[in-house]
Amino acid sequence: MRVGVVVFPGSNCDHDTYHVLKHVCGSEARFVWHKDSDLRGLDAVVLPGGFAYGDYLRTGAIARFSPVMRGVVEFARRGQPVIGICNGFQVLQEAGLLPGAMLRNRSVKFLSQPVHVRVERTDTPLTAGLAAGTLLTMPIAHGEGNFYLPAGELQRLEDEGQVVFRYTEKDGRLADDANPNGSANAIAGVCNRARNVVALMPHPERAAEPELGCADGRRLFEALTRSLVAA
Amino acid sequence: MKARVYVTLKKSVFDPQGKTIHDALRSMGYSSVADVRQGKFFEVALEGVTPEAGLKAVEEIAAKVLANPVIESYRVEVE
Repeated sequence: MRVGVVVFPGSNCDHDTYHVLKHVCGSEARFVWHKDSDLRGLDAVVLPGGFAYGDYLRTGAIARFSPVMRGVVEFARRGQPVIGICNGFQVLQEAGLLPGAMLRNRSVKFLSQPVHVRVERTDTPLTAGLAAGTLLTMPIAHGEGNFYLPAGELQRLEDEGQVVFRYTEKDGRLADDANPNGSANAIAGVCNRARNVVALMPHPERAAEPELGCADGRRLFEALTRSLVAA
Repeated sequence: MKARVYVTLKKSVFDPQGKTIHDALRSMGYSSVADVRQGKFFEVALEGVTPEAGLKAVEEIAAKVLANPVIESYRVEVE
């Protein structure tokens, strides 16, 4: 079970993600440099958080043209799991592997705070084995996390069951106050139609050990590990 | 040859930055300001191409890279 963690210039959650995969969950993890498009031998790929290529132009806009993304697109087309966290989510959207785009947060502020999310779907490699409705607390840290899709496409996304995580109150209720960035339908994470590409804005790798105050994020990495073993 | 590319959020897309600027202008007393939309502006210099080929290349660059078609629209001008 080998998981690749992509390193773009400007990635800053790559080592945290690697640490959780390898030392907390016991998976075999390795870094994949952004100039390397060969993903052979990997069972899953994670695009970590950060500011790839300084987020110049738009978040993820330059990163999507880096050599590694050719490999990631190919990897995703073969049905293998591709996970995006925060900036990794934005890169996957720019690459056309996930729907929607991220607008500036409605507060026009960079938000760094814990949030509560509800697991809406358990048929993805990142949520397999969790109960639908599971509540997780994890931090967000982003300026552009305001998920947007035109109304018609948003409805299609909902109908296809592609909304994987939603921002909620601590008890799982939907509330405008619990939606930190103004995301359409309080969407915190989505998957593609084939369900093998999954991404979320919160940072599970920053909440994966009790020493960090919360270990909820670990459950997502464990789900990934489990689903890879099962596959 | 020089081209200018203007990228703005589509009209249907809420622009939090434009809204903030608008609110600030209103609070400064510019009560006639009805709306502000923020965008991006690019100057692209091209060499060794015909005007037609240059325009085609910039249109392609705008569509593929400079604008995100999910949320943004663009306009190209050449001189």
